[in-house]
Amino acid sequence: MAEVKLFGTWFSPFSRRIEIALKLKGVEYEFIEEDLSNKSPLLLKYNPVHKKIPVLLHNGKPICESFVILEYIDETWECPSIWPRDPYERATARFWAKFFDEKCVPAMWKVCWSKGEEQEKLKEECTQLLKILESVLSGNKFFGPGENIGMVDVTGNFVAYWFGILQELAGLHVFTKEKFPNVGEWIDEFHNCSIIKENLPPKDKLTAHLQARFQAVAASK
Amino acid sequence: MEEEGVVLLEFWSSPYVMRVKIALEEKGIQFLYKEEENIFLGKSPLLLEANPIYKKVPVLIHNGKPICESHNILEYIDQVWKDKFPILPHHPYERARSRFWIDFFDKMIYDIGRRMWASKGEDQEDAKQEFLKSLKLLEEELGDKPYFGGGQFGLLDIALIPFSCRFYTYETFCKFNLEKICPNLMKWVNKCNERESVSKALPNPYKVYDFGLEVKKMLGIE
Repeated sequence: MAEVKLFGTWFSPFSRRIEIALKLKGVEYEFIEEDLSNKSPLLLKYNPVHKKIPVLLHNGKPICESFVILEYIDETWECPSIWPRDPYERATARFWAKFFDEKCVPAMWKVCWSKGEEQEKLKEECTQLLKILESVLSGNKFFGPGENIGMVDVTGNFVAYWFGILQELAGLHVFTKEKFPNVGEWIDEFHNCSIIKENLPPKDKLTAHLQARFQAVAASK
Repeated sequence: MEEEGVVLLEFWSSPYVMRVKIALEEKGIQFLYKEEENIFLGKSPLLLEANPIYKKVPVLIHNGKPICESHNILEYIDQVWKDKFPILPHHPYERARSRFWIDFFDKMIYDIGRRMWASKGEDQEDAKQEFLKSLKLLEEELGDKPYFGGGQFGLLDIALIPFSCRFYTYETFCKFNLEKICPNLMKWVNKCNERESVSKALPNPYKVYDFGLEVKKMLGIE
């Protein structure tokens, strides 16, 4: 019998995406919560290269890296498809998903933890990234393709949810609805989507978790 | 963009461009290529229009629509021309493995490659050690297979082989010998170079090294 396990954490945007994808496909899975300060021998065995979550285990075989996992899920459980079938639409979707992962997430994470000149540079970088997202969303409710929420929007979950909480804790206003109205509307739509709402970590719990991290960093200086 | 058919925006020294050339050649796809004059001095209006976000080569323009990012282009090519020389492994798990290693390599080489070439002292030495550690992982993944794809030249082979034309540059700047450190990987390099698609796409490693020296001078790096 097929066995699916997901190694992740309740607060990781990367493992939450995988959960959404599995649920969209109707795949039953066992979620294994990892303690990142004390990684399990199994996690280290299944992801020896990066030692990170998420890791999907399917019939005993590990798949690592969230974007690789999302494509694997789509190709293994074919219906309903979660990535576009048309080659050009798929290439576009892949491009934007990677833009979120490789550009937006690192910059928007780092800006909240940095100080001084480094933070100023990162604020400018984040502003440029948000301007790009703003223009892509001009005339479009979602990153799509099409009229409905798709996996590209799901891969934008850090920008749509985590970043708002983080920047508030860091005392920043890099993103505001006034500066980026299209992104603001997209975030509202994102939160209205039921499968996403059901798979976000609770706001107060996530805020407390991130606040504790900020305090730990401040205390260690 | 008015281009019809298949157009590739490229620059001769980019291994990311070479990936796409190899794939198009293996699939027997006719294409027009438009070379950037010198990617370090300025970018053409067509490139800036086709790839406004990253402003980088390669860009594949297929019937007027641009596709950016080399791995993305490889997947696109394989989906569109799926009946000619499949590049992606057949099984989703094998595909995931290939994609994982491309992602691993691309993230590593982006930082490490530059540091091996442009920096000095401890920073360069650290970069060299990281590079060798990564190549040993890849050599382990290859095992005793002729190609990363097993018996068939495929996605991961196409993604990695272009970087072999930079090995001489890295070895010379950082003083190491890959034949001794990763013999199986070097056997794989030689095997891949027997393919016409690869030997046509890859420039002479000495030309790459000379260009590396020129670029360092141009950018004021000692």
